[in-house]
Amino acid sequence: MDNEDADLILLDRVEKVFEVRRRTGFLRAERRQVRAVDSLSFSVRRGEMVGYIGPNGAGKSTTVKMLTGILTPSGGRLRVAGIDPSRERTRLARRIGVVFGQRTTLWWDLPLIDSYRLMHRMYRIPDGRYRENLDRCVELLDLGDLLDVPVRQLSLGQRMRGDIAAALLHDPEVLYLDEPTIGLDVISKARVREFLRDLNAERGTTVLLTTHDLTDIEQLCRRVMVIDHGRLVYDGSPAGLHEVGESERTLVVDLERELPPIEAEPARVVKVEGPRQWLAFPASESAAPLVARIAARYPLVDLSVREPDIEAVISRMYAGRAVS
Amino acid sequence: MGTGRLYAAVAVGGFRRYATYRIATAAGVFTNTVFGLILAYIFIALWDDRPHLGGYDQAQALSYVWLGQALLMVVAVMGGGFEDELIERIRTGDIAIDLYRPADLQLWWLAQDAGRALFHLLGRGVVPLAFGALFFDLALPVDPLAWIAFLVAVALGVVVSFALRFLVALCAFWLLDGAGVAQLAWIAGIFCSGMLLPLNVFPGVLGEVVRALPWSSLIQAPVDVLLGTADLPRTYLFQAAWAAALLAAGRLVQSAATRRVVVQGG
Amino acid sequence: MVSPARNGTRPVERGPADAVWAPQGRYEQVREGLRAYRMIAAMWIRSTMAYRASFAMTAFGNFAATALDFAAILLMFSQVDRLGGYSLPEVAFLYGVSGTAFGFADLAFGSMDRLGRRVRDGTLDTLLVRPAPVLAQVAADRFALRRLGRITQGLLVLGYAVAVLDVSWTPLKVLMIPLMLLSGGVIFAAVFVGGAAFQFVAQDASEVQNSFTYGGSTLLQYPPTVFATELLRGVTFVFPIAFVNWLPALYVLGRPYPLDLPTWVAFAPPLVAAVCCVPAGLAWRAGLRSYRSTGS
Repeated sequence: MDNEDADLILLDRVEKVFEVRRRTGFLRAERRQVRAVDSLSFSVRRGEMVGYIGPNGAGKSTTVKMLTGILTPSGGRLRVAGIDPSRERTRLARRIGVVFGQRTTLWWDLPLIDSYRLMHRMYRIPDGRYRENLDRCVELLDLGDLLDVPVRQLSLGQRMRGDIAAALLHDPEVLYLDEPTIGLDVISKARVREFLRDLNAERGTTVLLTTHDLTDIEQLCRRVMVIDHGRLVYDGSPAGLHEVGESERTLVVDLERELPPIEAEPARVVKVEGPRQWLAFPASESAAPLVARIAARYPLVDLSVREPDIEAVISRMYAGRAVS
Repeated sequence: MGTGRLYAAVAVGGFRRYATYRIATAAGVFTNTVFGLILAYIFIALWDDRPHLGGYDQAQALSYVWLGQALLMVVAVMGGGFEDELIERIRTGDIAIDLYRPADLQLWWLAQDAGRALFHLLGRGVVPLAFGALFFDLALPVDPLAWIAFLVAVALGVVVSFALRFLVALCAFWLLDGAGVAQLAWIAGIFCSGMLLPLNVFPGVLGEVVRALPWSSLIQAPVDVLLGTADLPRTYLFQAAWAAALLAAGRLVQSAATRRVVVQGG
Repeated sequence: MVSPARNGTRPVERGPADAVWAPQGRYEQVREGLRAYRMIAAMWIRSTMAYRASFAMTAFGNFAATALDFAAILLMFSQVDRLGGYSLPEVAFLYGVSGTAFGFADLAFGSMDRLGRRVRDGTLDTLLVRPAPVLAQVAADRFALRRLGRITQGLLVLGYAVAVLDVSWTPLKVLMIPLMLLSGGVIFAAVFVGGAAFQFVAQDASEVQNSFTYGGSTLLQYPPTVFATELLRGVTFVFPIAFVNWLPALYVLGRPYPLDLPTWVAFAPPLVAAVCCVPAGLAWRAGLRSYRSTGS
């Protein structure tokens, strides 16, 4: 029996096997089985906000596609709100919201509000509820001035906010977000994150978030799952992820001229290329004092801080595990 | 020297780009063959009734059908080459970047289109023609010189076609959405290239007009060169004159467009 | 049914699941499909109207482009009196019926040849998470009123043919015209759906679909006597587009039947149309299933 209240999303040894044809000659092709998702089991409770991360091709989007009913699993058991997504796709569609990061579902040449009116009718949202939800999204996502603007004229950040609102008008119980902050400027990122936090806290909407931006996870999720090669390799707090992965940030420094490697604890130079140097330092350390120290002693022209990316964290996770 | 190599590389890129779509190519060959079949039967009925229509005998008329299908994509009668991308770049404003490149805009796209045409000649042209030759009595010459002369006429036809489509694409600088103009050009191309019916079958003044328009360089001219029903120097001169005139017009419009982009600041 | 009692996190006042409306059965599904189709088509019409000048041009272009086919026929008749033994009004009749029937299917399903592109760029997924039948959503995609140009042109030629044809019209013969247009439209629609289903397997093969749709309607614009018997057999028994206009029109025109077919085949188009929908629907379902199991 499903204990639906506890586990809104439930995966029990879910598998997805693709048959890939690879061209080996002009007309010859080789068939090969690829296990995109390999005996994956996890559950997400109602009201949780979970980060779901992993390198490209790890099986993230395959999982989300199975959860939304787009793909049929090859094996195992999968339930979302008690529904088998692949069997009752359209019934499930009314209870979930999906935001595909790079693919907008808004009508390109029409004012934003027109797309919402379509959602209103397509999802048969009662008038009062639609009004209420729309007003709320408009207020919190700051869409007021944008409703009458054709979508093609919106910036990437505005469009993403518009897409998120479109996915929430029918009060979904689960919201799947695929790279919601990719390509957004700092202000838009902050606004989207704030909105998602509120949504989760006040409405209790369950959120599953795939992203490449670790900051998204750190600021939003109390739980993160890491998938690699179709398997769950980590399930716990974002902080624990850093511990396991001992992740590092990178400070890229442009000096006035070529100089010997910079000495500044706790950072260490990992790469030198002419006047540009790359310094790695623990992600837990603040960058500010480090920058100040370097600026005091070296002729600094420009600098930037790179956040650790998922790939780096995961590769370190493996390295760490091999050592211990 | 260096620039020549650059454009050669662009042409190779154009060739490769189309060569990656194997299934699309096979599907296209299938379509050309189906339409070739339909037209062939219609032409047989026509030439049964009027054995020397347009100065062709039936074998020549059938050759026209299959050569026409073979050339359709090569000379891009219905568009669908570089111009869609160029229109898109103009629409999105990316064109500003292209204009500041050291390479010449028109030559760049011409090189790319030449690569595309060569691919379509091999990928889309050979099979339908072979199919036609296998199942119908065609009047194809065996003299390799005739084929070389044909290829020269095809090359000139590709340049004329390119120059026309370049002009069409540049309209997007002035129109918000170039689809309408592209469609009108498409219609003109279908009607005036001789894709539906050989231009020498068109009656009276209409015939005279369509034969004098640039589109007759696309299919009619190369086919007549191959079948030996054309005066070779005159045909080449006709094609080359249109190519030069249209390329020059393209340059003029391009410089007007460049000024516009500069004024608007991209 | 699901009845979520909410505890744990702070509750939302109303449980959305309770208000969820779900279609039941086949009839409801069809109704839902039509409803979604209407809504999406309306959105596309409004989108097109954002570029009015372009719409006017493409609508005219659509009309003119289809008119070219007929211009070619007129050019042929400027050189000959009969084509395959048929006079110009007779060919115009065939043309008008084929063009209009194809125009109906093209208006309603013409965008389905874009399915392959949607599969390739992944935008099909955005349709699969909507609570509406995918077929309806794909068919309504890029719904374009400019395609009325084709229907208009077909009807004009048909009107001309009916006006000048030397036929003694009986009520039955008159009735044959709407019957052909509707059945023919459905037959072509089945071809569109079947072709789209094929694109689940071969995403770049939209041209194959074009050979059957555009190629088929072009074929039917000419008299059957022009073509080889094997081709006639093929389009009668295998890929039965001969029922769009040829077989029923021969009855109207009072012409002999090819392939020794009996006269009653003239009245078979509605039945053939209904039968065509079965393989098309099955192909669509199989295609969608294969997409959902492979993801590409």
